[in-house]
Amino acid sequence: MTPPATLVRGPIDPLDMLRRVSTPANGAVILFLGAVRQVNEGRAVSGIDYAAYEQMALRELSAIASEASDRFGTRDVAIEHRLGTLAVEEISVAIAVGHPHRDTAYAASRWVIEELKRRVPIWKREHYADGTREWVDPSGRPAAEMVP
Amino acid sequence: MYDAESNMTVTVLLFASYADALGTASLDVELPRDSTVRDLVDVVRARAGAERLPAAPLVAVNLQYAAANHVVREGDEIALIPPVAGG
Repeated sequence: MTPPATLVRGPIDPLDMLRRVSTPANGAVILFLGAVRQVNEGRAVSGIDYAAYEQMALRELSAIASEASDRFGTRDVAIEHRLGTLAVEEISVAIAVGHPHRDTAYAASRWVIEELKRRVPIWKREHYADGTREWVDPSGRPAAEMVP
Repeated sequence: MYDAESNMTVTVLLFASYADALGTASLDVELPRDSTVRDLVDVVRARAGAERLPAAPLVAVNLQYAAANHVVREGDEIALIPPVAGG
């Protein structure tokens, strides 16, 4: 059985994500896909390098999947994040949640992506049309605020 | 004065913009025993290039986020964590 949280270097397969959380009990299955956007903060982006502190990222992703299961009462949570260099439109992250009812499935899906963005040690370096590359700091806030 | 008994060496992992700032993905840092995360950050921030790091970066000890007063032990895996940007 595939673990609930994985880091991959190749393309993410959305149908496989759906299969991982579909059960006869789940009347709702939500699939969230994050993709590389062409423009960020007004700058033309041609691609993104994703890097991670892999051992810790996997540990945090697994913890988020497990916490989501407890919080939302479903075992059917799957998270996959891609690392390496991605082109515009490629899928960087997929979150699949299955639950008997849609309200909870939507809430769980949203909770997982927000937790992922808050605490999983993954970084992205954008490639710009002018040939430059920069690590993205999405917060603008002092990093110390995030210490749990 | 150097005292082997009261010092320890720890390896600090650096990632993304922090690795670029210091020009390396890992540093060996010598510290007095019973130093805290805050002490360790101060030593790292004295290195060339580290002026680009914030005064209180996120730190992980043994794969978990650690507070500034967390005591560092010899053999711990320590990492300075730039602002995360997954998704």
